[in-house]
Amino acid sequence: MATMDPTLPLVKNLLLLDSEGKRIAVKYYTPEWSTVASQASFEKALWNKTSRTNARAEAEIIMFDNVVVVYKYVGDLMFYVTGNQDENELVLYTVLQAFYESVTILLRQQVEKKTVLENLDLVLLAIDEIIDGGIILETEPSTIASRVTMRGADGEQAPVPITEQTFSKALASAKEHLARSLLK
Amino acid sequence: MAATAQDSQAPLRGPEKKDEDREDETEFSPFYGIDKGAVLQEARVFNDPQIDPRRCQQVITKLLYLLNQGEVFTKKEAAEVFFGVTKLFQKQDINLRRMMYLCIKDICPGADEVIIVTSSLMKDMNSKTDLYRANSVRVLCKIIDGQLLAQIERYLKQAIVDKSAVVASAALVSALHLLGNNAEIVKRWVNEVQEAAQNKNNMVQFHAVALLHALRASDRLAISKLVTSLTKANVKSPLAQCLLVRYVAQVIQDSQPGANGEQRPFYDFLESCLRHKAEVVIFEAARAICNLRDVTARELTPAITVLQLFLSSSKPVLRFAAVRTLNKVAMTHPLAVTHCNIDMESLISDQNRSIATLAITTLLKTGNESSVEKLLKQIGSFMSDIADDFKIVVVEAIRSLCLKFPSKQRALMNFLSGVLREEGGFDYKKAIVQSILVLIQEIPDAKETGLGHLCEFIEDCEFTYLSTQVLHLLGQEGPKTKEPSKYIRYIYNRIILENATVRAAAVSALANFGAACESLRPRIIVLLRRALSDNDDEVRDRAMLHLEQLEGKAGGPEAVQPRVDVNLGAMEKSLADYLAGPTDKPFDISAVPKAPIPTRGASALGLPSGAAAASGAPGIPATSAARKDPTAEYAELLRSIPQLAPLGEVFKSCESVRLTEEDTEYAVFCVKHIYESHIVFQFNCTNTIAEQVLEDVSVAMDLADAADFEEAFTVPLDTMPLNGVGQCFTVVSRQPGAIATGKVVNILKFKVKEIDPSTGEAEEEGYDDEYQLEDLEVTPADYVKPTLLGNFRKAWEELDPATEKEDEYGLGTREGLQEAVEAVIGILGMQPCEGSEAVPPNARSHTALLAGIFVGYQQVLVRMSFGIDAANNVAMKLVVRAESTELSEAIHQIIQDA
Repeated sequence: MATMDPTLPLVKNLLLLDSEGKRIAVKYYTPEWSTVASQASFEKALWNKTSRTNARAEAEIIMFDNVVVVYKYVGDLMFYVTGNQDENELVLYTVLQAFYESVTILLRQQVEKKTVLENLDLVLLAIDEIIDGGIILETEPSTIASRVTMRGADGEQAPVPITEQTFSKALASAKEHLARSLLK
Repeated sequence: MAATAQDSQAPLRGPEKKDEDREDETEFSPFYGIDKGAVLQEARVFNDPQIDPRRCQQVITKLLYLLNQGEVFTKKEAAEVFFGVTKLFQKQDINLRRMMYLCIKDICPGADEVIIVTSSLMKDMNSKTDLYRANSVRVLCKIIDGQLLAQIERYLKQAIVDKSAVVASAALVSALHLLGNNAEIVKRWVNEVQEAAQNKNNMVQFHAVALLHALRASDRLAISKLVTSLTKANVKSPLAQCLLVRYVAQVIQDSQPGANGEQRPFYDFLESCLRHKAEVVIFEAARAICNLRDVTARELTPAITVLQLFLSSSKPVLRFAAVRTLNKVAMTHPLAVTHCNIDMESLISDQNRSIATLAITTLLKTGNESSVEKLLKQIGSFMSDIADDFKIVVVEAIRSLCLKFPSKQRALMNFLSGVLREEGGFDYKKAIVQSILVLIQEIPDAKETGLGHLCEFIEDCEFTYLSTQVLHLLGQEGPKTKEPSKYIRYIYNRIILENATVRAAAVSALANFGAACESLRPRIIVLLRRALSDNDDEVRDRAMLHLEQLEGKAGGPEAVQPRVDVNLGAMEKSLADYLAGPTDKPFDISAVPKAPIPTRGASALGLPSGAAAASGAPGIPATSAARKDPTAEYAELLRSIPQLAPLGEVFKSCESVRLTEEDTEYAVFCVKHIYESHIVFQFNCTNTIAEQVLEDVSVAMDLADAADFEEAFTVPLDTMPLNGVGQCFTVVSRQPGAIATGKVVNILKFKVKEIDPSTGEAEEEGYDDEYQLEDLEVTPADYVKPTLLGNFRKAWEELDPATEKEDEYGLGTREGLQEAVEAVIGILGMQPCEGSEAVPPNARSHTALLAGIFVGYQQVLVRMSFGIDAANNVAMKLVVRAESTELSEAIHQIIQDA
């Protein structure tokens, strides 16, 4: 990252936090927050500054500590994209849109903490398909979603449709619930 | 499978969080009670002969979840997981494969382990499936080294021009990452990248353009060519177009500014981007135009127009972007932004406080005199519900507005006093008080009202620091007003009601009134008497002293406010030294270096330099701090050497000079310390060879080319430390106060003892050896040091015009005037005065003023006039005045030698 062309728009991190500011899925791309502790304090500061603002209808923006963060709340989740303070805000906004819209598609509109945790693999893959090492890889939500689910990958085996996959997930989690309630 | 059955209960066995409130919420999480050890156990499923892809996928997700939560895997754990994952390559399951790719990237293994997956990944790279190819390229490029890269280079080149967008993008982005360490290899792909830049897919085009630019980043001419060809080509992707705008801006920045009126190259292109259909490009172009160097009002207009449209957008991000850019423009071109004032005003009530604050400060910068009152009213309604840090921004903007429109000071001052009365933290209150203080200093009309507001403020102020600051100011300024008596009540109230620190400050302030206004003196004396019974020592002492003074004793009323014009830092140091030594002699304050006489703005109140600089006042503390003074660093060391004590105080220590080549056996640096009648050469020596011990180290000097010096004595170094620094000193004497110069030849002398490799101990017997060091010059510049001066003109006129020496010099081709000025200041080693070291941009001529003192504390002043011609040739006229003609000549000598 150190020798990256300075004209290239870079993303410093993508964060997905819950309504209490706890991390669900995060990815940092720059060395500024190299330790878990510094990441946690950044997330805490960010959450403190943004949790009381209304970013439901439209994405909001905030500048602090020499970074610009665009963010949006969907359900009980908060999506954040951080960039350099000199970054074009609209580029970051494009990334943010790609982030929450692709997750919305992947979770079939059920954007809430519960479903995200149950389908965490999909969310992590979406993050991986949007940004590669800080560089924007793709911003079209439907393209990202189909790449995450490997749709169109015509291997020897037919692709598992998204419905079936989430169903198997749901079944697994139901099993766990059952097991837990029995043990109580 | 007993292990599996046990593992499915793993989350339950984890330590339960004792947080009652969270109970319900964490209940549904599939990761509830997750435990690293259990998951690692579970990861053994990777090794099963019958791979269950769903289950493996779940385990990988759990591993990634742990990583994401900040869990750290040991090297061994990571390696085990990694080996496990590599086994899964035998299963052809696309979703599992996708998770494997992610997992391999996140659990980045060491170089030894990488080799295991490369063959599998290379196989995927040739797969028919696009997504396999794309992902394997990304993973491979992330984990391989240069050697392997050369092997797969062929495939990567193919991938760049792959007809599938996902593969091409993956290859291009990977190439961008690889460029850092493997630039030579990536450079060979330029033809393929060029082809990819024509790709119809937006993202591929974006990545290809970025890579094309990165490949040429160091070559200005090549960039210029690339930009020319790209601006003509049809770049469709908005992000690629943004990049292009940035490149164009860069080319414009690097190009020579055209003569007056001539249009810049590529400006048309930027303007056409303002009509692009994607907002991101429009904004990028508008921003680029606003940031152009020396942008004209005409060039700005179209950019401002589109930004104005953004101001009324429904998207906060767009409004923020626009208002932030306009705010920046307003600093340099306030008039150009005034068109947006109406839209800007509606943003004052914006939900997003960042936007609102930026809008206000922009308005305050662009506002004209007539709109000030209206603006203040709007801000007033909004101040109560923003955070303190935003309020400070607003207060600072108000201050600069007030300085701009002094006639509006009444309204602005009222506003400041209004917010001063409201709730707020210390930093906010401090910002307000300091703004008022600056305004009182700068605007004479504002003084009385300002003081009045401050009086009211200290009536109910919880911050001691601010109270004392205000009291001090009242003591300074109050007696000079028409009606000094009205402030007495406020000050006396403090003596009755406040804590000791504030009471002491109030006593001093009262005494100032007594000293300055004779008519008030008897009454002040009565008030001060009451403080004599105060229970705090400092308050009583101050009251006692000032009473005596006011009654004509202890120096009389004039002594109430003594002129302390010494550098406080130096004063502290001198006093500490004095107390450390014998104290039979009284302390001599005249030996302490003088401080500058405070100028207006950076008042005697000791405003922090930031505030002074922000108000546009000459920031003297800032400039003095910027010039590093090595003398203080060494003084401590020199004092610790008993042999050097009889030489007196060091006048100046010069910068350290290297006297040996790099990578020699001994590293020797020399620092010259100038004393009244001696020069001490301090040699910092380091031994870099472990096999020998160097003892009894000293430096002998050949003074043949330095006839004015005489070698006095040396302080040898017992052993030259291995890879540490030891000092030896050689002292030469000269006529007291003389500016003696010359070249000194140095020979390092020492005794070598070899270390016996078998015992590791040094031999008993050593032999003498010597080593020729580089020569040292003693120049007139060594004898002068910078000094602070408040009023250059006055000091200049006080020096005898007969000592004036004038000469002209050609300085050759320079990058610009600023660079030339800095170079000359660096050579002379003197202090620039009155901010004259800063050359205004585009100036063709400039005058800089320097002050310094020569050894023996003789003042020397320099006035330098610079001129620059079209070919960047710089000429300089140097006029010197000093306390003697020799010194003036010495200054010219410094320039001639340089």
